[in-house]
Amino acid sequence: MTEQPEQPARSGNPAAAIRARGVTRDFPAGQSTIRVLHGIDTDIRSGEMTYVVGESGSGKTTLISIMCGILWPTDGEVEVFGTDIYRLSDTELVNFRLNNIGFIFQQYNLIPSIDAAANAAVPLIAQGMAVGAAREKAKVLLDKLNIGDQADKLPKQLSGGQQQRVAIARALVHEPRLVVCDEPTAALDARSGRRVMDLLREVAVAPDRACIIVTHDNRIFDLADRILVLEDGRITHDGTEMPQEG
Amino acid sequence: MLWIAIRMLTGDAQKFYGLLFGIGFSTLLITQQLTIFVNLVERGASGVYNAPEAEIWVMDPVSRTTEVNYAMPATALDKVRSVPGVEWAVPHLRAQASVRTKDGDLEGVAVIGVDDATLIGMPARMKEGEKSVLFAPDSVVIDDTGTTRFFPAGVSPIGERLELNDQRAVIMGVADAIPSFTSTVVLYTRYSNALNFVPGTRNRLTFVLAGVQDGVSPAEVAARIERETGLKAQIRENFARSGIDFIIENTGIPTNFGITVVLGFVVGVAIVGLTFSLFIRDNIKQFGALKAIGVTNGKIMGMVGAQAGLVGLIGYALGVIGTVVFIQVFSANPFFKGFYIPWQIPLVSLVAVIVILAITGLIAIRSVLKTEPAAVFR
Repeated sequence: MTEQPEQPARSGNPAAAIRARGVTRDFPAGQSTIRVLHGIDTDIRSGEMTYVVGESGSGKTTLISIMCGILWPTDGEVEVFGTDIYRLSDTELVNFRLNNIGFIFQQYNLIPSIDAAANAAVPLIAQGMAVGAAREKAKVLLDKLNIGDQADKLPKQLSGGQQQRVAIARALVHEPRLVVCDEPTAALDARSGRRVMDLLREVAVAPDRACIIVTHDNRIFDLADRILVLEDGRITHDGTEMPQEG
Repeated sequence: MLWIAIRMLTGDAQKFYGLLFGIGFSTLLITQQLTIFVNLVERGASGVYNAPEAEIWVMDPVSRTTEVNYAMPATALDKVRSVPGVEWAVPHLRAQASVRTKDGDLEGVAVIGVDDATLIGMPARMKEGEKSVLFAPDSVVIDDTGTTRFFPAGVSPIGERLELNDQRAVIMGVADAIPSFTSTVVLYTRYSNALNFVPGTRNRLTFVLAGVQDGVSPAEVAARIERETGLKAQIRENFARSGIDFIIENTGIPTNFGITVVLGFVVGVAIVGLTFSLFIRDNIKQFGALKAIGVTNGKIMGMVGAQAGLVGLIGYALGVIGTVVFIQVFSANPFFKGFYIPWQIPLVSLVAVIVILAITGLIAIRSVLKTEPAAVFR
């Protein structure tokens, strides 16, 4: 097993939101298999914005997919807020995600035929809340994200930035304890990207909430509380800043 | 989630209407073709339905239907009348003849000779005139198929003369009759007149129509007639069924209509399957996102089921309404006269629609269920 870098000291005593131990993941490739993650050991703490960075193919998307319970590891354990999620049944795991995790996808994946408020309300509706009440609750969050006046518009009537805010609202509306973002600034210019990250920090980072962001956008590295660098399926750096080149 | 499912479906107008068209067209084709088929083969029993008083039809043992018959000696009537349980028995003649119209055209007609005294053998209702007009010399009553075939629209045939097998016949009334399977023009006349109009062989009594006494079942009397006379006797329902079976067994109609119904089903599967699969494929990312967020496979199946159910319900309703409109619009056409939609046919269509949606829904949903939630991060 690869030796993991030592965890840096933290101010205060942030609780471990995610505890990953020996996480390995293989993918079939023809007759053989490719090992994408090599026994990852790490903790993700609440109250922090943790970046997972690395080149394409380094395993960062696989790692966060496993951490948020949507991809089974080949080996290893993942505890999210003290729950060993891969010991849960399929239904329990799905419900765990619904109640504890918010997702922001790179391509937003909004439903094109329902308005912004309904899109933002999807997790609440999935939890069983009535559509009207869920929309009202989502509208409050859209107001906070400064797109309350766009609540009745369909995604196609919104700009890319507005769609992303709707996606952020959808990730937060059910007040999850873990927020997972996939390349949130990939499609944005530098200024818009920083604005989105500021917004995320404002709404998604809380003492009882962890936020993991997968990115390779070096324009926003300075906004991270912690950066995990992945190379060939191994964590090669764990710190508050990116390692110096060379 | 069902609300979201329905909005997803109706929000994609092109595919939504495509799905409605597929189900609606399939339902229309299946319902309409089955309706025409059932009504058409029932015409094989029109001769029986047009003589409502007859409880028992007595005939030569080789006769099969009202149209496929072999005449009996005139003494058969007395034999039947002598059987215990028979309340009454009257002669009934059915024969083919030729009519020369005013325009000089030659047309084949069916001549039906009904009882001289009681006029039993006539249809229940008349469109023009009374049944009693048959008591006049040389008089005939034409069926409504004949009026449209022989006369321009709006022209009353009453009083018109026909050259029937080289003899004079005068139309004195119009019967409200169910057309025959071949829509042949029918002329009703008294039995004694019919013998004159249709010269032929020694035996010309094609049927004896009988009624039974109170307290005796027609089936029992029919069996008794067969036993005591050596003739064939069938109760009304069975003889009607024989006419229908004859058409089913001796024509290509079931095959032709069957092919159309199967085509309707196949077209439904093809259109709905293709459109539904495209719809699911277009929304696969959204379904993947829902699965990642925490929507169970069961709820996803419920969503796809709701989408299929909505399309099925509206499409089916449109198809059935289309058939009703079709039957209504063409009800004035003699070919479609009396057409109705038996309740079993919409049920068959409904089952077909459910099967279509089950097949296409299962095919479509497989891709959703196979989609890993992690795919949304790729």
